[in-house]
Amino acid sequence: MTEKNTGHIYTVSKLTREIKFLLEETYPFIWVTGEISNYSVPFSGHSYFTIKDRKAVISAVMFKNQKQKLLFNPENGMKIIGMARLSLYEPRGTYQLIFEYLEPEGAGSMQVAFEQLKTKLADKGFFDDSCKKPIVFFPSSISVISSGTGAAVRDIINIAIRRFPNCSIDILPVKVQGNESENEICDAIALVNNHLKSDLIILARGGGSLEDLSAFNSEAVANAIFKSIVPIITGVGHETDFTIADFVADLRAPTPSAAAELALPDKNHLIQRISTLQESLNRLLKIKIYDLKQNVMDLTSRLKSPDTVVHDFRFRLEDYESRLINMMKHYIHYNKDKCLWLSELLYTKKPEKKISDLRQYVKTLSKSLIDNFQKNFQEVRSTYIELNSKLQTLNPKAVLKRGYSISRFVTDKRVIRNSIETKKNDKIEIVLSKGRLITRVEKING
Amino acid sequence: MVKKTFETSLKELEEIVRQMESGDLCLEDAVKKYEAGMKQSKYCLDLLDKTEKKISRITNDKDGNIKKLPFEDK
Repeated sequence: MTEKNTGHIYTVSKLTREIKFLLEETYPFIWVTGEISNYSVPFSGHSYFTIKDRKAVISAVMFKNQKQKLLFNPENGMKIIGMARLSLYEPRGTYQLIFEYLEPEGAGSMQVAFEQLKTKLADKGFFDDSCKKPIVFFPSSISVISSGTGAAVRDIINIAIRRFPNCSIDILPVKVQGNESENEICDAIALVNNHLKSDLIILARGGGSLEDLSAFNSEAVANAIFKSIVPIITGVGHETDFTIADFVADLRAPTPSAAAELALPDKNHLIQRISTLQESLNRLLKIKIYDLKQNVMDLTSRLKSPDTVVHDFRFRLEDYESRLINMMKHYIHYNKDKCLWLSELLYTKKPEKKISDLRQYVKTLSKSLIDNFQKNFQEVRSTYIELNSKLQTLNPKAVLKRGYSISRFVTDKRVIRNSIETKKNDKIEIVLSKGRLITRVEKING
Repeated sequence: MVKKTFETSLKELEEIVRQMESGDLCLEDAVKKYEAGMKQSKYCLDLLDKTEKKISRITNDKDGNIKKLPFEDK
């Protein structure tokens, strides 16, 4: 307010110029850190972007010339540290940072460049297994691209001679670091492909920092390796170092020595292997012949002469004959026995024998008859005598002798036991011991 | 005859030995295989000895002339 009253009034241009002067004087070269966004590269080739942190944004530009010195490509979202001067563009009244140099924050720019190139080449298919050329098993000539004086070459030669004493090796000395290195490596690869036509290239270098290995991480070398018709084995740095060249190569060895081992087979080992195979061939053929011989001998021993065959048949015939005779003898003997046995049986049954037996039987029976008759006769006789004796005692004549008599009717000879049976004048016969009397009944006393 | 690589010959030799080991070859074939195998093994050994020990340094001057000199380790 006070200035207005004093009459000192700025024009826009004057004010802007003073601000520009103030800004550009106060911040001639400064280091700034922030994140890149809105990154764009118009046709001019300059890069326009903003650099920001959580609270503020500043426009920024990097001109083509400065950009060419960068090892990596800036990208959106990338955190960077860069050296810039502050500049105010009067026509628009805006200020911006003009970067002279940029590097990624954290990882070094080499590392970022490495990753970027790796991604790019992977996308182009440089690392695909299908692009890898087969390594010949036994190369007749090997080209080694490496420093002509380094330990790497010596290691490769030593290992190669040890494994294959009569190997053929061409050394193509190149610078393996520094500005010329890239081109020399590419030229050497081209030389081998165009003129030497070796069977194999070993691209080798001893260990070193990421900067030292930069040629092996360059796009130019990657292209040369990819285009090479001759297969390439890399042996760069130490075991843990991986370079872009390693990824593109047809085979990667961890060290130069290992590359030589992968490139050449062990001659002694091969000779031994071939000798073993030769021995196997000899042994197997011998066995084969021996086996076949055995087989022939075996078969020969089993062959029969005609004599043997006839002899066999004769033997069989004799055998049959003797068996036939035996059978016959046996048959006759058996039947004879049977016949004898039957005739004996028949004899025991003949009629004479039967007659004799019957006669004997009749005799026996008649004897028995006589015996029985006599016995019975005796018995009857004794019974008669006994009975006769009894009869004697009971004989009425005996009673009559003792004076008794029998009276009976003369008419009917009926014995009279009771007087009443009689009537007066009945003629009665009295039988006495001696003689009879004829009487008449006079009186009857009853 | 087309020149065979060492590796092909070695594989053929191994295959011949394998076939002979299988044992079902007739005598004529076995003898043929044997002869072929011996030929292959001789060929392999010859190949191994054929290369001459030669370590050279290849240089390329500015006019593009290639020079081949014996390599001397300094």
